[in-house]
Amino acid sequence: MYNIRKIVEERILVLDGAMGTMLQSYDFKEKDFRGTRFADHKIPLKGNNDLLSITQPQAIKDIHTKYFAAGADIVETNTFSSTTIAMADYGMEDLAYELNFESAKLAKEIANKFTEQEPHKPRFVAGSVGPTNKTASLSPDVNDPGFRAITFDELMQAYKLQTEALIDGGVDILLVETIFDTLNAKAAFYAIDLVKEERESTIPVMASGTITDASGRTLSGQTTEAFLISLSHVDLLSIGFNCAMGADQLFPYIQRLSANTDILISVHPNAGLPNAFGEYDQSPKEMKELITPYVENNLVNIIGGCCGTGPEHIQEIASLVANYKPR
Amino acid sequence: MTPKHLKLAGLEPLVVKPDSNFINIGERTNVTGSRAFLRLIEQDDFTAALEVAREQVVGGAQIIDVNMDEGMIDGVEAMTRFLNLLQAEPDIARVPIMIDSSKWEIIEAGLKVVQGKCVVNSISLKEGEETFIHQAKTIKRHGAAVIIMAFDEDGQADTLDRRIEICKRSYEVLVTTINFPPQDIIFDPNIFPVATGMEEHLTNAVDFFKTTKWIRQNLPYANVSGGVSNVSFSFRGNNTVREAMHSVFLYHAIQHGMTMGIVNPTMLEIYSDIPKKLLSYVEDVLLNRRSDATERLLNYAEEVKGSRKVKSKDDLSWRSQSLQERITHALVRGIDAFIEEDVEAARLDVERPIQVIEGHLMNGMNVVGDLFGSGKMFLPQVVKSARVMKKAVAYLLPFIEEEKDGKQEYAGRILLATVKGDVHDIGKNIVGVVLGCNNYEIIDLGVMVPPEKIIQTAIEKQVDVIGLSGLITPSLDEMVFVANELERVHSAVPLLIGGATTSRAHTAVKIDPAYGQSVVHVNDASRAVTVVGQLLQNDASDKYQKSVKEDYATFRENFAKRKEHKTFVSLPEAREQKFTIDWKEYQTVVPQQLGIQCIEDQDLSVLVDYIDWSPFFRSWDLHGKYPNILTDKVVGEQAVSLFEDAQALLSQIIEGKWLKAKAVFGLFPANSNDQDDIEIYANEDRKETMHRFVCLRQQGKKAKAKPYYALSDFIAPKGNDDYVGCFCVSTGFGTRELADRYEENNDMYNSILVKALADRLAEAFAEYLHKQVRTTYWGYAPEEELSNESLILEKYRGIRPAPGYPACPDHLEKNTIWELLDVSKSIGVELTESLAMWPAASVSGYYFANPDARYFGLGKITEDQLLDYSQRRNISIDEATKWLRPNLND
Repeated sequence: MYNIRKIVEERILVLDGAMGTMLQSYDFKEKDFRGTRFADHKIPLKGNNDLLSITQPQAIKDIHTKYFAAGADIVETNTFSSTTIAMADYGMEDLAYELNFESAKLAKEIANKFTEQEPHKPRFVAGSVGPTNKTASLSPDVNDPGFRAITFDELMQAYKLQTEALIDGGVDILLVETIFDTLNAKAAFYAIDLVKEERESTIPVMASGTITDASGRTLSGQTTEAFLISLSHVDLLSIGFNCAMGADQLFPYIQRLSANTDILISVHPNAGLPNAFGEYDQSPKEMKELITPYVENNLVNIIGGCCGTGPEHIQEIASLVANYKPR
Repeated sequence: MTPKHLKLAGLEPLVVKPDSNFINIGERTNVTGSRAFLRLIEQDDFTAALEVAREQVVGGAQIIDVNMDEGMIDGVEAMTRFLNLLQAEPDIARVPIMIDSSKWEIIEAGLKVVQGKCVVNSISLKEGEETFIHQAKTIKRHGAAVIIMAFDEDGQADTLDRRIEICKRSYEVLVTTINFPPQDIIFDPNIFPVATGMEEHLTNAVDFFKTTKWIRQNLPYANVSGGVSNVSFSFRGNNTVREAMHSVFLYHAIQHGMTMGIVNPTMLEIYSDIPKKLLSYVEDVLLNRRSDATERLLNYAEEVKGSRKVKSKDDLSWRSQSLQERITHALVRGIDAFIEEDVEAARLDVERPIQVIEGHLMNGMNVVGDLFGSGKMFLPQVVKSARVMKKAVAYLLPFIEEEKDGKQEYAGRILLATVKGDVHDIGKNIVGVVLGCNNYEIIDLGVMVPPEKIIQTAIEKQVDVIGLSGLITPSLDEMVFVANELERVHSAVPLLIGGATTSRAHTAVKIDPAYGQSVVHVNDASRAVTVVGQLLQNDASDKYQKSVKEDYATFRENFAKRKEHKTFVSLPEAREQKFTIDWKEYQTVVPQQLGIQCIEDQDLSVLVDYIDWSPFFRSWDLHGKYPNILTDKVVGEQAVSLFEDAQALLSQIIEGKWLKAKAVFGLFPANSNDQDDIEIYANEDRKETMHRFVCLRQQGKKAKAKPYYALSDFIAPKGNDDYVGCFCVSTGFGTRELADRYEENNDMYNSILVKALADRLAEAFAEYLHKQVRTTYWGYAPEEELSNESLILEKYRGIRPAPGYPACPDHLEKNTIWELLDVSKSIGVELTESLAMWPAASVSGYYFANPDARYFGLGKITEDQLLDYSQRRNISIDEATKWLRPNLND
């Protein structure tokens, strides 16, 4: 058994890049998403990327393989939306356990292969726990600000199931990411804490928030410091930010986090800001340039990419951070 | 290692450090402590209840305590609802919440709805260790801090020893058994009344102080809190004494290490303001210094009277500064009282009068520009600065003209115009003022300016930049037309585009390709200065212009190859899934008065209460909701000042009857048909169709079972009696004359102000008239009683959508309303060729009475509906395309 807590103190670890961006290039059609098993499912399934772990497992494995080959130490499972809540859009609530379990298993299979070949650089799998498509702190109805589309208890139950399945599937880390509403995240950590207590597990947990715009706040309105304080009760391996912004825009917020906590710091930015059509144009080289200040200023321990990043970005990042010490 | 401080968070952090000042906890949102708040909750008036919370935060509370423990209230429900609503108010939610209850299930309910780090108030060993541990563990899992009452299985601690014993035991259980972070523990060692006349109460305050000190010395990182008003319980009714007692108690408690507490700030005297005698009497009681302390305080209490402080006069100390400093001060503060005097002094100081402008005044305006650019000054202030500047320049002008070559050197000449067919000019005027402040010469051609006039003026006056403005959607096409015309005459002048409906996308895709020179979209006044500066800078201008051109070209290319996956349903499919109302169940209310009615001269004073002020502040680039904006940290001061000016002008307008308000409206028998039309009948036999409203239906694909709305869905189909209304109101009569008068006096500030107010009055009139229609003329809601706030939130039954807005973007509907109500003749509001209303301060729209009627946005529609629409409206596809262009999916 490799101990990630020890390794992360020795060097900067590299997280993988985007899953969705990679999947786009496969251009899967409705029938590919369905496979034979869900051929008769009543609701269109195109766009349900997490389902591909079951219907197109080879594609998912290939993507994990590419990221490990590019130098990633950690890949994330294809489970960003594998909660009963997010799956309800596709009428697939009942599939939540299986999705998480299978995604974890196939990611771990690839990780083990790499670790076997390169024992000096063990590879890890982080179970991706996304925010769901509902917010516990905000009303979806502008005319009824007191309304909530989801409750803490519903979120907590959904996250508990996801956590159990990911651990059963063999993940090494749990990564609660793209936190746009801290209350959703608190429900996730509440669930994780319960599972860890029940199973006497010590699995490391990472938290990664999302700053939505230049106001420097999360979607639910918290500043970086308030976000950090609101999660200070969780025993975290690392805390950081991902998504919504490029490395240059995220820099000041990572600085602020770093100045206010002793927990390890993670960042996985987008490949710049999307252009007007939602596409990311930042090249691997450009992204590397923008990542450099993070390592030069000794700000991070775990670094990777989010939307718009691919194996080439991760390769650049991996080669860059190899020359620097962690925070 | 980051130090172990108590850290809490709402939307913003609150860190309690050893050197922090005392943390003040707001206590009015507590049903057990405030009768007023209890009444609001009992009456279900959560809007007003939120205001109580807001007042607390505005008043300086750093945490707000929320308590819903009342037998007649469902505490879990009330706590959940109140905190959910509170989260939607960023100016309240910025502070941490203290969830206050003696019932565990209410505490848990509260913890489940707040994202920040809360404080639970409170738990204790009252029910034994097992319950205590379970509760503390859950609180920890939720990430909250906790107040521990000095209470155990034997009861509440009322002596020094018992206090210490219980606090010590609680701390050990928490820290050692469940690893509770010690900095998240806050003790409440019980503040009890003193001077009750009972022997055992004499040491209540002293014991609290001593316990506090002991905790701070012996229980590392723990904090101490308490409810201060308890201490003065026996002096109820004598606020002078109570306020002094609270203040003195706090003074000593803080000295002993109390970090936070529940204090009513209005019940607190300033320590140093307490009369000496009273201070010593109170201290004698609190510190238990004399045996006759209570009696002496009681006797003294009869004599003391409160005193009020007098507000100091306006500070004129700046008048003693140097001349330049005085001029700068006057410009920055927008004070025009002394400017002529100062400018005259400056004039005598220099060789040529023009040097006062180029020197003193520009120095001052540069300071204004810097402050504005760095966000330290706000738009209304800049406009006031401009007023002072203009006044100064006007004073100097005769002197300048006396000598030859005395012309002012401008940084550039800028032509501004609201395009043909459009009448809206507030934004354009503001841009003009701000650019004027930056030493540009402004040629403002006003509103409804035809393209040939723009081009002719640009050539004759050799302008350096042309700025086009417009608010309604047809103006977008007009701007493209102007760009084409400029290209045709080989103009070399850069073009600025601004106004509410303009966008960077439209500018890049439609306007920029039409014109060979730079076209820049600028939507706020401060950016206009930067952009114009870069366009006109001497050497680098070409480079900038080229880069702008390239930017827009790239944007355009990306736009063309965008892979947007927005899907649509066909019109028949959308109609199939229309919004359905059970008309059999629906009780139609026949309008009290059918037909057309006119209001010739509406009393403006009635409308004041109906004004929604938030958009007023927005038109001045001050963002925030009224009334909170008045206390906003950043723009509050400025908002108050603007608001005072607006109120003053408003009362003048009303008293002097400077503006005239008129309205015409009608209520008619109507039914919907299968083609999304609303047919309006001449009379109740519903045979003769006078006019038709041609409605548009949503087509953007939705989740299953979600309806595709059209306004006609809210009117019953034939066979069921139903009615529809429409209206036009205007408060714009007199606006232009008034604004012109101000402008003649170099007072752009009041000119813009009067237009902004007229706009608000028109909206208020529309709101007021709608209410009259609901309660009287139509009378379907005769019992309705709504506050203005609820009106703004549109909580009433029925809607009044307006053509040109999201539910009905089709401006042509205004023609139908005009014909139906004979608007031009009856009240004199005209439509321009782009179907803007003139005077600008006018509102028109429909009335729908159905309780299920709601506002929606049409979004994009596809070609099949365009075709269908052109046939229904009986116009060519080209013309239909022209009017619906912004909503066509392309």
